[in-house]
Amino acid sequence: MPFKRKDLLGIRDLEVHEIEHILDVAFSLKEINTRAIKKVPTLRGKTVIHLFYEPSTRTRTSFDIAAKRLSADTYSITASTSSLVKGETSLDTLKNLEAMKPDIFVIRHSASGCPHHLARRTPASVINAGDGMHEHPSQALLDMMTIKERKGQLAGLTVLIVGDIAHSRVARSNIWGLTKMGARVIVCGPPTLIPPRIEAMGVTVSLRLEEVIPEADVIMMLRLQTERQQQMLFPSLREYAIRYGLNCRKLKTARADLLIMHPGPINRGVEISPEVADGPHSVILDQVTNGVAVRMALLYLLGQR
Amino acid sequence: MDAGSFLFRNARIIDPARGMDTEADLLIRNGSLLEIRPHLQVSTDGLKDLQEIDVSGKWIVPGLIDMHVHLREPGQEYKETIASGTAAAVAGGFVAVAAMPNTNPVNDSAAVTEFILARARQEGSCRVLPVGAISRGLAGDNLADYGDLQEAGVVAVSDDGQPVMNSLLMRRALEYARGFNLLVISHAEELELSRGGLMNEGPVATMLGLRGIPNAAEEVMVARDLLLAELTQSRLHIAHVSTRGAVELLRQAKKRGVPVTAETAPHYFTLTDEALMAFDTVFKVNPPLRSAADLEAIKEGLADGTIDAIATDHAPHSALEKDLEFEYAANGMIGLESALPLVLSLVRKGVLTPLEAIAKITCNPARILSVPLGELRLGTLIDLTLLDPKEEYVLDCTAFRSKSRNCPFHGWAMQGRVLMTLTEGRVAYSRLGQVPA
Repeated sequence: MPFKRKDLLGIRDLEVHEIEHILDVAFSLKEINTRAIKKVPTLRGKTVIHLFYEPSTRTRTSFDIAAKRLSADTYSITASTSSLVKGETSLDTLKNLEAMKPDIFVIRHSASGCPHHLARRTPASVINAGDGMHEHPSQALLDMMTIKERKGQLAGLTVLIVGDIAHSRVARSNIWGLTKMGARVIVCGPPTLIPPRIEAMGVTVSLRLEEVIPEADVIMMLRLQTERQQQMLFPSLREYAIRYGLNCRKLKTARADLLIMHPGPINRGVEISPEVADGPHSVILDQVTNGVAVRMALLYLLGQR
Repeated sequence: MDAGSFLFRNARIIDPARGMDTEADLLIRNGSLLEIRPHLQVSTDGLKDLQEIDVSGKWIVPGLIDMHVHLREPGQEYKETIASGTAAAVAGGFVAVAAMPNTNPVNDSAAVTEFILARARQEGSCRVLPVGAISRGLAGDNLADYGDLQEAGVVAVSDDGQPVMNSLLMRRALEYARGFNLLVISHAEELELSRGGLMNEGPVATMLGLRGIPNAAEEVMVARDLLLAELTQSRLHIAHVSTRGAVELLRQAKKRGVPVTAETAPHYFTLTDEALMAFDTVFKVNPPLRSAADLEAIKEGLADGTIDAIATDHAPHSALEKDLEFEYAANGMIGLESALPLVLSLVRKGVLTPLEAIAKITCNPARILSVPLGELRLGTLIDLTLLDPKEEYVLDCTAFRSKSRNCPFHGWAMQGRVLMTLTEGRVAYSRLGQVPA
């Protein structure tokens, strides 16, 4: 089935059948990553440029491995090596790179909407690899893939997203994706980190983690950026860890088949204790494995255009 | 261009300053308004260049006044100049514009005021009413020299673009301005509450992952300034009102006799934050586009007179400031050439009567700024705007006279258009030749 879009900018834009299609493709491509020769010729002759204006290890490596396993040629441009430091706008950078005829841009930027701004101006495909606090669609897709792999389906599940919802593009993309797929989403965190009127996105809000843990089939913990403390959003890391961090004590009331997820990078001891991160409920490294498969699926689908 | 002689036949003449809304003829000789009367008999002696024009169905109103524009000169002439901004003004039906002081250099001295007025005389298509700075350099530390500024020709003081964060300085500004009967215009924004904000706080900002600016950022400062105006008994004007709470605060203050007036801009009664869904920077403005409930409250405030005036907050920016990521783009929209049809839409929607609507852009701003404009005065060089309230067209900002193109209404189906603008008896703008009578 052909994929009709030029770009993959966010989960909000996607139809349910498109999400299902991407996940189906990801599941079928996943096997390539377990072969002795981890390479297929699907995107041979295609050029993928990773344009990263924000530091990233996991996402950039994951996209790069995905592209290379599909035989695409890949190039990485990061903020420190780009002309951005010379004052060039992202649009000019894009136009210059575009003159070299790439097929797909994978873009990460700290400004919400940057990939949308750039996608309008290039005939190449654009994949949003995370824009500001807006969306991180490939992360939500790999999260949904991981849940589906373990639970068989997404519909009917209760997914609890915990932590700094306000500043999280991972939370937003997952909220769109999970609710579209029929899961129930509860967000939990201190009121200062719950964005205003989040209910409009189809979620319920809880301010007390212990109260909602028993209901959850899946708990997604979000990274707490410690500099938020300076923005008067919470008083101390200690208090945050006690109230909103996940540890073995709080998990006593959890379901036996609970899945615990985290998009990384983890602040061990802040939002999640080491025992929980490495414990039996944790599927954190499965997420990373599935990330390659999901990104292969996205590159494959857009590369077929 | 020389002052003209015109006989407009069968106009609907709306002059809210004297409550006039009547069908009549209007005679102008050598730029002076001579007579308004139905079926005027005119002897053509000495009037050989008299143009007699049948304007049935058209409106003649006092020349429009925009009490809040940014002309960008001196300093940012690539965005707008006094020449291009006033050309845009007359094309939009305006005969006078109040120019905010956030130029470079800031208009905080008689020298800058004199420069602006000289430029307007040499190159301008209409009157420019300079607004001086409240604080020197808009820095919020010390008062500017209001006496000098007023003598040079400012009609008010404002730090527009920036609030006066220091409450004591605002108190002193209001008190000191009273000595010159000078109006203080407040840009009401609490900068700590709005810090980092890119759009209205609410569900749309949450979905887009853009930091929100709460209504309270405006309302906290409106409340403060109303209390200070009450304390000092000095005249206060609140610029670009955008929230329901601000309207309510103003309504209560007016009830208890606080000497306050207020303006809003067409975008606040026309657009909501839903417009930002595609991250289009043309909709980025400060104060931000608010919710539908705020928009309704703005209309109610206009209808009950809580909001006295409509001003465009014409804020030209080039692609350099606007063709960027939403987060990095500048705030502001141009408005001079799109305001009139939007104001007239309030009449069609039944929010305002024609008299009320025209008052918001003529005699009310004139009264607030204490300038002798905004009415059809016999025996004086005439300022008037001839408009067709029915003409339908698609707004094309590429044809604007403004140097900038940051118009959020480009491509909109509009109704109501300027046919001719006379300033001081001269034709400053006319489409009459191009329009079939």
